[in-house]
Amino acid sequence: MTHAPRAALEIDRVGKVFNVAGRRVEALRDISFSVRTGEFVAIVGASGCGKSTLLRLILGLDTEYEGEVRLDGRLIERPGLDRGVVFQDHRLLPWLTAEGNVAAALRRSGLPKAEQRRLVAQHLELVGLAKFAGAWPAQLSGGMSQPVAIARALVNRPRFLLLDEPLGALDALTRLRLQDELARIVRHEGTTALLVTHDVDEAVFLADRIIVLQPDPGRIARIVEVDLDGQRDRSAPAFLRLRDEILDTLGVRHPPPAIATATATAA
Amino acid sequence: MSALGSSPARPLLMGVLVPVLAIGIWQTIASAHLVAPYVLPPPVAVLARFRSELDGGTFWSDVLASLTRALAGFAIGAPAGIAFGLLLGLSRLAGRLVGPIFLAYRQVALFAWVPLLSMWFGGGEAGKVAFIAMAAFAPATVNSWRAAGAVPAPYRELSRALTLGRLDHLRLIALPSALPGILTGLRTALIYAWLATVGAELFLDIAPGLGGRLNEGRDKFEVDLMIVALTVLATLGLGFSQLAAAAERRSIRWRKR
Repeated sequence: MTHAPRAALEIDRVGKVFNVAGRRVEALRDISFSVRTGEFVAIVGASGCGKSTLLRLILGLDTEYEGEVRLDGRLIERPGLDRGVVFQDHRLLPWLTAEGNVAAALRRSGLPKAEQRRLVAQHLELVGLAKFAGAWPAQLSGGMSQPVAIARALVNRPRFLLLDEPLGALDALTRLRLQDELARIVRHEGTTALLVTHDVDEAVFLADRIIVLQPDPGRIARIVEVDLDGQRDRSAPAFLRLRDEILDTLGVRHPPPAIATATATAA
Repeated sequence: MSALGSSPARPLLMGVLVPVLAIGIWQTIASAHLVAPYVLPPPVAVLARFRSELDGGTFWSDVLASLTRALAGFAIGAPAGIAFGLLLGLSRLAGRLVGPIFLAYRQVALFAWVPLLSMWFGGGEAGKVAFIAMAAFAPATVNSWRAAGAVPAPYRELSRALTLGRLDHLRLIALPSALPGILTGLRTALIYAWLATVGAELFLDIAPGLGGRLNEGRDKFEVDLMIVALTVLATLGLGFSQLAAAAERRSIRWRKR
């Protein structure tokens, strides 16, 4: 990158209220932060803190909210190919092969067929699943489906990769492996990434900056810079210190307190 | 598919048990002369009648006539029903405009249409096929309508995130997601068409066909002929539904096998 990093995505005093069975439920209150081009930002928080809601606003799936979400200075009005998304459920279409699923994302790209085919092959290669191009989603394990979904999200070369708890449904071992993969892939593509997760280790491992949300209503508790000198060793003291710090902010003490005192801590 | 219903030997044996038992009781009743043979002929007599029908008579052409009628009605009614159902499910406007009328139509028993249809199309072949087509139309419509209207929200969201156009949404998301429902509709339509075929043959003009043989059995007081016709109807119906279910399984190749 030759130009100075600038805010590509701005979340400006965003609030969101849902109407649940006639009751007002405030999901987000006064959220403000920005993401610079090329940055990897993670949003962590307990379930119900509105982090997925925030991602839907950035995606443009929901435009009814307070405040402004701007992309390169322009208000987001609808979904666009400049934002690729990976959902928690891989959401591959079961009636399309791995290849077909990735190709589906290129329908609106306007690229010639040959170029589309090349991009699909290239991105399946990138996530290490070139051999499974012709496989149906039902034949793929969770650890293989999610990389296909990542390839689908990246195939348009979006400016933003939005990740909505992408590894949340996977077993622990697969999750660790895919965290490494994700780090490699995002570095390779140079995309700006926004990861929503409740896994603090995952956030510390992947992100340059971590936005910590607290629930009821969802608001920013802190913003933490991850400054580990590019060293992402999951058992390094600096890594663990940062993780514990964030867990503290989230109200989870480390090491965990005895079960008897857990209720007192939660209150 | 899973082990359910596909493990061969035992369920088959159990399924055959009751019919065999029933035939045994039937034979006992007949042998003991508890009922006059012209009211309930013994199984052996029915079997003999079946053989003589196969050898001599018009039986094969009757079966063929009924099958042809059923398939003709199905071929008209089912595709029309699928098209109509998809329209209702995919277009909110069409669903609101036409949906209530269709639901009202469903409240009228199928046989209530016989007088009107026979006035419009006559009691001959055209009237019969029209009746069968109508019978196939309804389940094809209902199932396609429901399936097309129930594209899962996550897929609709994905479609928006990928900014798919209307045609791509139909081709890549809405239609494939409705396919299992459409196929269920086709299978049900096939069964309904077969049921309606006998109805048409019984209530409209006499013509070659299994329904006609049933009428003949009643007029000539030949219970053996009626039992033969009923058994063949049931067997062919069962065959239809098995065939349709197999075709349904095979055509969705992306399902986990």
